[in-house]
Amino acid sequence: MNASALPSCMMLPSTASARPDASRPPPSRRRRRLTRTDAVLATMALALITFVVWQTHTVLDYRWNWSSIWPFVLKTDPTTGRLEPNLIITGLVTTLRLAVWGILLSGAIGIAMGLARTSKRLLPRLIGGSYVMLIRNIPPVVFVFIFFYFIASQITPALGLADRIRDAGPAARWLLSVLFGDVRLIENFVIGLLCLSFFTGAYVTEIVRAGIQSVSRQQIEAGESLGLSKGDVMRFVIFPQAARNVLPPMAGQFIQLIKDSSLVSLVSIQELSFMAQDVQVSTQRVFEVLIFVAAIYFVICFGLSRVFEWLERRAAVAYR
Amino acid sequence: MSPQPTASATTQPIIEMCGVNKWFGQFQVLKDIDLDVSRGERVVVCGPSGSGKSTLIRCLNRLEEHDEGRIVIDGTVLDDDTRHIAAVRREVGMVFQQFNLFPHLTVLDNCVLAQVRARKTPRAEAEQRAMSYLERVRIPEQAGKFPGQLSGGQQQRVAIARSLCMEPKIMLFDEPTSALDPEMIKEVLDVMGDLAQSGMTMICVTHEMGFARKVADTMVFMDGGRIIESSPPAAFFSSPTSERTRQFLNQILSH
Repeated sequence: MNASALPSCMMLPSTASARPDASRPPPSRRRRRLTRTDAVLATMALALITFVVWQTHTVLDYRWNWSSIWPFVLKTDPTTGRLEPNLIITGLVTTLRLAVWGILLSGAIGIAMGLARTSKRLLPRLIGGSYVMLIRNIPPVVFVFIFFYFIASQITPALGLADRIRDAGPAARWLLSVLFGDVRLIENFVIGLLCLSFFTGAYVTEIVRAGIQSVSRQQIEAGESLGLSKGDVMRFVIFPQAARNVLPPMAGQFIQLIKDSSLVSLVSIQELSFMAQDVQVSTQRVFEVLIFVAAIYFVICFGLSRVFEWLERRAAVAYR
Repeated sequence: MSPQPTASATTQPIIEMCGVNKWFGQFQVLKDIDLDVSRGERVVVCGPSGSGKSTLIRCLNRLEEHDEGRIVIDGTVLDDDTRHIAAVRREVGMVFQQFNLFPHLTVLDNCVLAQVRARKTPRAEAEQRAMSYLERVRIPEQAGKFPGQLSGGQQQRVAIARSLCMEPKIMLFDEPTSALDPEMIKEVLDVMGDLAQSGMTMICVTHEMGFARKVADTMVFMDGGRIIESSPPAAFFSSPTSERTRQFLNQILSH
């Protein structure tokens, strides 16, 4: 096409007219990192934050005293003079144990129930469906209490954990204490863990189900036509694709699990927020402790979300 | 499955369909289908959309269940017995309109997976076989890529190689070129032509009449769930017996 026939606004710079078929580098784009609108919005946000902080400062009339919570993070042992972890660190470690085991266990429950829910047979579908329906439709706090008073009291003797731990050798006790914390509290910890995992498992079940159903029917047909067994189709065709698809909601659910782990403090599992209440009582510094503990939760959850972002990037690379 | 005496193996059809009926809900998709295919025969199935062509060939590896009638594949009766279904699927390869490659696996792994899992082939041997079939479909250099990095034509050729890796006795093609851009259709048809030359038993649902004329031993025309006509291509194209076939051919050959 003749360039002069084009309206002037569509005419290309003169360099392009030399060889129309040769590809040329893209036009340099002005990269504006910050526009005026951004600057205005940022200023407004900053102003709002300043206002709120200033208001709380004047209206609340609260004397901040951060130094009094440090002894509850680390304490000095009176006999040896060495620094030792105190309530907040101990609680934090329990929360981390709850998080790691909770993610593994609720993930396992979620996969099992998700498979049940997508089963062709009626009975597994009913079981999976009832599980999700029961747990998802009652408030978590109520579930924690019901689980603790009605279900845990039957699980505990059935497991017979206390006896077994008492009979365990020193090496086994050491391993148990690394994995689950103080051996005297393991029974208590396991109840809290089961409660949290059953509760989160219901949501994970739904994510797993969505993931399995997100893989197209044709992928299953391709696998089956190649002679793969149903189990192999699930394991090698559907599951890897489903796992990629559900990474974002799964990240959200596991972050939720970490925050929900504070619920089991209601039944005396001595994790971070349980300890935080203790410290609040001891120091009378309510806000400092709350904010400090919130910051700890933030760091853990933010770290986990970064892990999932990395997983997502890695999964995307594998596709193309 | 007991091995068959060789005499009958050569004379007996490798695919027998007898009085096959199938319904989707209230709608009858297949009506009294009788079709025999002998070893090495190349059958092209054509007909208007919704005539039951795809359903017909999907019944042959039990991706669809037939409700009535009898289907026997190489001596194995297709019924609810999962061992029979597994045996048939080992003998029957299928190529789909949408390729259906596994997007999370490389081209090579797409070809290796079923060999290792379903045939228990050692991985090294499976890879070797995969490469030889990728060479046969003329894309060995793409073995390390993911399906999403290939063109449609290349993906379909990988899908053909993936099926061939299982060394099937029968290949089913369900509109293998319908999802392809025009310039990629030829590369896929060429590969299918090579395969036909090698003596593979093939049933192919396609609208590519040029390919059909060149390759087919038998043309099957379906409409409304019935096989209306079944004849060698020469007779089929020059003097179709049914009015409906003539209409259909006029429509698709007119341009």
